[in-house]
Amino acid sequence: MSYIDINNLWKEYGDQVVLERINAQVKKGDFITIVGASGCGKTTFLKMLLGTESPSRGAIVLDGKPIPAEPSAERGIVFQRYSVFPHMTVLKNVMLARELEHSRLLGLLFGTKRSAAKKEATELLERVGLGHALNKYPHELSGGMQQRLALAQSLMRKPAILLLDEPFGALDPGIRADMHALVLDLWKQHQLTIFMITHDLKEGFSLGTRLWVFDKLRHDPQAPNAYGARVTYDIPVGQADRSLYRQLNRQLDANAQPATPV
Amino acid sequence: MKKLINQHPNKTARWFLGLLPFAILLVLYLIASDARLTENPNDKLLPAFASFGDAIYRMAFEANKRSGDILLWVDTASSLTRLAWGVGISALAGLVFGVLNGTIPFLRASFSPMVTFLSLIPPMAILPILFIGFGLGELAKVMLIVIGITPFLIRDLQQRVLEIPAEQLIKAQTLGASTWQIMLRVVLPQVLPRLIDAVRLSLGAAWLFLIAAEAIAADQGLGYRIFLVRRYLAMDVILPYVLWITLLAFVVDYGLKKISLWCFPWFHSLTATQGNGK
Repeated sequence: MSYIDINNLWKEYGDQVVLERINAQVKKGDFITIVGASGCGKTTFLKMLLGTESPSRGAIVLDGKPIPAEPSAERGIVFQRYSVFPHMTVLKNVMLARELEHSRLLGLLFGTKRSAAKKEATELLERVGLGHALNKYPHELSGGMQQRLALAQSLMRKPAILLLDEPFGALDPGIRADMHALVLDLWKQHQLTIFMITHDLKEGFSLGTRLWVFDKLRHDPQAPNAYGARVTYDIPVGQADRSLYRQLNRQLDANAQPATPV
Repeated sequence: MKKLINQHPNKTARWFLGLLPFAILLVLYLIASDARLTENPNDKLLPAFASFGDAIYRMAFEANKRSGDILLWVDTASSLTRLAWGVGISALAGLVFGVLNGTIPFLRASFSPMVTFLSLIPPMAILPILFIGFGLGELAKVMLIVIGITPFLIRDLQQRVLEIPAEQLIKAQTLGASTWQIMLRVVLPQVLPRLIDAVRLSLGAAWLFLIAAEAIAADQGLGYRIFLVRRYLAMDVILPYVLWITLLAFVVDYGLKKISLWCFPWFHSLTATQGNGK
């Protein structure tokens, strides 16, 4: 049995079918990048993995059990924005995971436990390249540094699965390349299973082990919401070639539609 | 010549322009007061500055012949005590209920309509009920302030909690936080500076309720004194008292602002950068 089983997953909002018949198996350690036109349900899919949305039909099974229907510590997340706590310094943002874990009542640690958490957080922050900014507040950091912080913060709790929702969408191209290297590095080091949404097809081709393309196979021009998106391609990265890339690129452009309000 | 919207006064000019209306007001008062006093030296409506000096000396530095108290300080102390109790209780209630309502949907469903209902009752209309229920002592006056501003504080704080991005609450859960821990470590510290903002906004109303309650039933207090000496048309006491209340209100407001800047530097630089369109 695989690590994550996605069984005949549907998501509908009233008449609008967002996702239909999603079936997939995911192994531990897979790094899956998800691309698709905007409004095709990528984020809805990620939210179901996260537990903030529930499937209309079908189920996601994690390690033989239905995935918990609310966010929990085994699934870390980095959003495009607002992932870090503005009222805490960089160091405290990362220490928080350990404090929440060991101090159920106050969420605060003292003495040796505190020093241990501090040391661990500092090491993690040094690894993501924020060793020089421990006592800064998030608003003093650039966008790229904030995302590094968000990654470190998530990893402190040692999640098995890391969900990334267009984490680098708001960053400059140069910084994005650095972030790719960092994510790959952390993925190997922490043996994570990663799902990453991106709107950048190139990112999908260069990162990870599998590329999923979400797209509508059936389309009714009279009722554009009648059919949902499916996983139209599941490509092992590394075996994809240039012509496939160009073909997908054209297809996604053609099917691009205004984002549906969800 | 630049357009008017692009011309900015320098520092000296700003001070001058800021003080100018005060100076004009002062001069107008002096002219009017002088005109009335030449007509009738016993006029009480617009006293001369010398009368103000006498009244201030009498109220602030001389013991009252009958009670032996220095009235201004006794009045100030009892008014500020009532204000502190009223605003303190309201702030605490606003924080507790605001955070609970904002964080827990089931509590919000139950309390939010009630708080909205309470906030729409004009507090002055139930002042008689307070006097009947709590007697004419300190409690009724404090309660008027509490009833007057608590619903506003709860609603404001609840709104501030709801404005915290959902991403943060989800993130905290993925770090293993319980509901209680989220309230304690994520929500509470982020709304504390907003509580100070809300309290500053509600202080005007708090003073209003304080003075109204003192005017109706009290034996000391700034509002009580003003309404007492009104019987003798004692403008020489009323106007200094009004200025003194204004100064106290300013000091309290300024103090809260400084406390907020000092305790929550992240909040103020955050709102400053957002203000710049970032």
